[in-house]
Amino acid sequence: MADQSLPVGQGVEVVGTPLRGTWLEVVHEWIITVDHKKLGIMYIAYALVFLLVAGFEAMLIRIQLAIPHNTFLSPFTFNRMFTMHGTTMVFLVGMPILFGFGNYLVPLMIGARDMAFPRLNAFSFWVSAFAGLLLYYSFIGGVGLSGTGSAPDVAWFAYAPLTEKAFSPGHTTDYWAISIMASGIGSIGTAINIIATVFCMRCKGMTLGRIPLLPWLYATMSFIVLVAVSPLTACQAMLLIDRYLGGHFFDTQAGGSAILWAHFFWIFGHPEVYVLVLPAFAFANEIIPVFSRKAIFGYSAMVAASVSIAFISLGVWAHHMFTIGMTSFGNAFFTLSTMLVSIPTGIKTFNWLATIWGGKIRFETPMLFSVAFLFQWVIAGLTGIMLSVSAWNWQLHNSYFVVAHFHYVLVGAIVFMIFAALYYWYPKITGRMLDERLGKWHFWLMVIGFHITFDTMHFPGLLGMPRQIYTYEPDRGWTTLNMIISVGGFIQAIAILIFVYNMVHSYFRGEEAGPDPWDAWTLEWATSSPPPAYNFAIEPEVASRRPLWDRKHPEDPDSAFE
Amino acid sequence: MATVPMEHGNHDVTWTLPSRGTVAMACLITAESAIFTIFVVAYLYYLGRDVHGPTPKEALDVPWFYSICLISSSFFIVLAERAIEHGKMAAFRLWWAVTILLGITFLYGTGVEWRNLIVEHHLTIATNLFGTTYYSLVGLHASHVVAGLIMMLVVLAFSLMGAVHPHHAYRVKTLALYWHFVDAVWLVVFTVVYVVGRQ
Amino acid sequence: MRARSNSTIAVCRVIAALVAFASSAAVAHASFPASIFAPHSTPAHQEHQLALFVLGISALIFLGVSILLIYAIVKFRARPNDDTEPPQVFGSLQIELSWTIIPILIIVVLFLGTARVLFSVQDAKKPATALDVVVIGHQFWWEFRYPQYNVVAANELHVPVHTQAAPRPTFMKLTSADVIHSFWVPQLNGKTDLLPNRVNEMWIDPETPGVYVGQCAQFCGAQHAKMLLRVSVDTAEDFDKWIKNQQRAQAELAEPHVAMASMANAGSQSGDAIDAIDARRGQIVFEQQACINCHAVAGTVANGRYGPDLTHLMSRETLGAGAMANTQENLLAWIADPNTFKPGCLMPAMHLNERQNAQITAYLLSLK
Repeated sequence: MADQSLPVGQGVEVVGTPLRGTWLEVVHEWIITVDHKKLGIMYIAYALVFLLVAGFEAMLIRIQLAIPHNTFLSPFTFNRMFTMHGTTMVFLVGMPILFGFGNYLVPLMIGARDMAFPRLNAFSFWVSAFAGLLLYYSFIGGVGLSGTGSAPDVAWFAYAPLTEKAFSPGHTTDYWAISIMASGIGSIGTAINIIATVFCMRCKGMTLGRIPLLPWLYATMSFIVLVAVSPLTACQAMLLIDRYLGGHFFDTQAGGSAILWAHFFWIFGHPEVYVLVLPAFAFANEIIPVFSRKAIFGYSAMVAASVSIAFISLGVWAHHMFTIGMTSFGNAFFTLSTMLVSIPTGIKTFNWLATIWGGKIRFETPMLFSVAFLFQWVIAGLTGIMLSVSAWNWQLHNSYFVVAHFHYVLVGAIVFMIFAALYYWYPKITGRMLDERLGKWHFWLMVIGFHITFDTMHFPGLLGMPRQIYTYEPDRGWTTLNMIISVGGFIQAIAILIFVYNMVHSYFRGEEAGPDPWDAWTLEWATSSPPPAYNFAIEPEVASRRPLWDRKHPEDPDSAFE
Repeated sequence: MATVPMEHGNHDVTWTLPSRGTVAMACLITAESAIFTIFVVAYLYYLGRDVHGPTPKEALDVPWFYSICLISSSFFIVLAERAIEHGKMAAFRLWWAVTILLGITFLYGTGVEWRNLIVEHHLTIATNLFGTTYYSLVGLHASHVVAGLIMMLVVLAFSLMGAVHPHHAYRVKTLALYWHFVDAVWLVVFTVVYVVGRQ
Repeated sequence: MRARSNSTIAVCRVIAALVAFASSAAVAHASFPASIFAPHSTPAHQEHQLALFVLGISALIFLGVSILLIYAIVKFRARPNDDTEPPQVFGSLQIELSWTIIPILIIVVLFLGTARVLFSVQDAKKPATALDVVVIGHQFWWEFRYPQYNVVAANELHVPVHTQAAPRPTFMKLTSADVIHSFWVPQLNGKTDLLPNRVNEMWIDPETPGVYVGQCAQFCGAQHAKMLLRVSVDTAEDFDKWIKNQQRAQAELAEPHVAMASMANAGSQSGDAIDAIDARRGQIVFEQQACINCHAVAGTVANGRYGPDLTHLMSRETLGAGAMANTQENLLAWIADPNTFKPGCLMPAMHLNERQNAQITAYLLSLK
């Protein structure tokens, strides 16, 4: 049924070597491009650069905290470091790299030639890129309070009234607010594009019940972006109105409210973490089945669970505010809503387990990272449940237990799946395989370093260490633990350097990948590696969720079962 | 899930997909609704919490006429949409221009109101919580009206140059959707500011 | 006070033993003075019990899922030279229902357990015997007021011990003079935030005398890290003594100062020998410099409220909200330039000469 509709697996023959043009012409081509693949690559490259920068900031933090009363960083520099580390990782690494993958993969997976709005796509990328440059320009621009420039130093969630003019007279808050607003515009543009693409650009036969789970989760994540990023833009606009037009949104002297910022920020902030984690789930949904050699278990449940997570996540935000003085009823409500989110999340986790169960697991690097993701995700989810217990949260809030929890999610789940995704789709993007041996070194060092750092990090929190402090007292019993955490950080840094080397080296010397090195089942593997500019020579037509499985197993096609 | 093979129906059904412009505009409207919601929440939360300065009850007059202008412009833009769908370009230009005119009238009314508030009641964005939230919310809406009018003026200009044809009806309708949204937001803002807020 | 079933107590005991075994040092008050697993007050105890309960359930879930996962990745490894595909299973309604229902039940149990402690702690009624304390957060120090005694103190909170025989919990109202702070002394209770223009409430009923440490737990600016807390839980007699001292001194200093203030500027360039540095000269210097704009010493002209009240400065064990020990050298160094200890704190270096600094120090040393 599907034989003639899919392009032949070998892709299109390229006649001779295409002329690349001068260096300037190549750069020009990339700057003016509206091709989703090139924009995707630029998003990913941009994010990886900032990953190294923010990672460096993290190392500075860990050096300062390795011993108590350390003088490696001044309090001012330290406060800028943790603010910039968090802001960079969320807005200049997490969002761009995940949007980059979405840009690259969604059109390919649904058999389209590009995103719905290619020029909007380019605009979104360049606005986001500008935002990052503006944020980092702050280090040298503006009038800093203490000689280290104006890099933001108000924590990544920039609570008012600390950010009001009275308490932050310099420009640190302004750089934070304006660059993140710009990044938000880019995010909303990409979100609109992804939703329009998934709903309006699918190839023939690809009903919504047949799109791979990755486009489903990206559409869901984009919906969250639309609803959640705007509140952040709104409260940043309010803050700027307070700072420059004499407004009183967060001016407690005029009767304004300090708690209002917290509400508005977390109405953005909590859905934001689901924006970051849903693509990680999307990668798991694609990679785990292929390396277990089984279809994903419970496709419909996965879709329903992901959409439920999106909706429930809009109603849990005040679990970041259990100590701020809400009524006991308010605390109880948010305890319950937060706990509820664990049900669809649990469903997804068990479905992954069931996908692996009864399979024939191959442990190439993408699967190694995915298995580690599963373990770590379970732990991250459980510490999340612990934090949702509001009465216990009164002890845990703003301590290193929280820092450990969210790094478990952001690094242990999301970064690990980003690594898995990079190993899995690098061959498609570049036409070459990443080196497996280096990949395994990267993996094991990352796992060891990650666990040394972030398993240990729970304990200072349980022993009373708050977060966002540039130093701590030696008599609290946190000293050895902090040293261990810092050592683990260095191990992770080495792992990442190995990874960077692998990425660069394999680009020139990697084994040729061919169109389908993993024996996978979705449409992106039905074209050459890298794909031609138009993606598919003939627009595909599909009859099931795994069109390539149908081709490879004509005796047992999925289309007979759906 | 079934483990028994199923018979498949015919695949000659035509393959239809939703239109990109409508989906994209719906997404944009979703995002904008979220931003307006936050400003409305701030406005409602701060009602009655001022320590000094003019109150909504003292300072605000209900802008009936200008609101009617704006809301009725939604009706006229529908006439314009119908006209271009039926190929009646002259009628389209007429109703489109009427819509724009009504929008400009609304903006003029906002300007008059603000001037009155500043000069007579000494209410600025910096005066008190009411001033801050009022000018922010109404200003945010007005900026969306301005953006809509600019886009509509561009379309009008193209239309007067003869570059707009019936097959552009789909794009015009997408823009009209935005305009309807702006009007709907005014209904909400009007209720919150001039009805609820003046109690 | 708490109604519990025997089996719940048994479960909690088992879990407590496991946690204690796994982190035996964590229970020692001395080695880990801010540990949340060493509760010494009812709210902290209740939060602790809840924590063990939740940890126990989480441990069971983790073990269950991990065992399944490890089993799966071992048993279902691809064998070498096997290129066939395994049977494709697309789902199973019964299995999926079970792992929807069971988590729902677990959530119900967790939520009910949480709600009980939540309402018990947050909505506790204040008894008539309670001590009232008003806590006001500043960048980067703590102001404590005792409205029942007309006492204003700073940075080190004294409360009476609470016993069954003499119940005396401390009920606190918390607010801020500037930005958001958070009061966290883990062994006495979870934290509660201090917000400007808002009054939050919390309570403690410490059962053992001693010193309990904590610190600000909401980032509040450059010196957030050094906004430390010391809570001194005193026996009833010690607490009364402390209160009386805080009150007594306010009355006594009134009279001698009228004469002081009227003396000419004898601080800096009088012909007195350099070793004639005493508290009286220091007081004159203190009152003629800008110190009194920010600081208060009850009974004198110094009535500033921006900085900590200094009336009984020497009754505190630390300076600068825990930044350093309250010794003569530290005090002198602090006055000369607070940025040596707390760069970015809001007390500026006044750039007085050495003699003036020494005189002010001598005066402050007399404020017991």
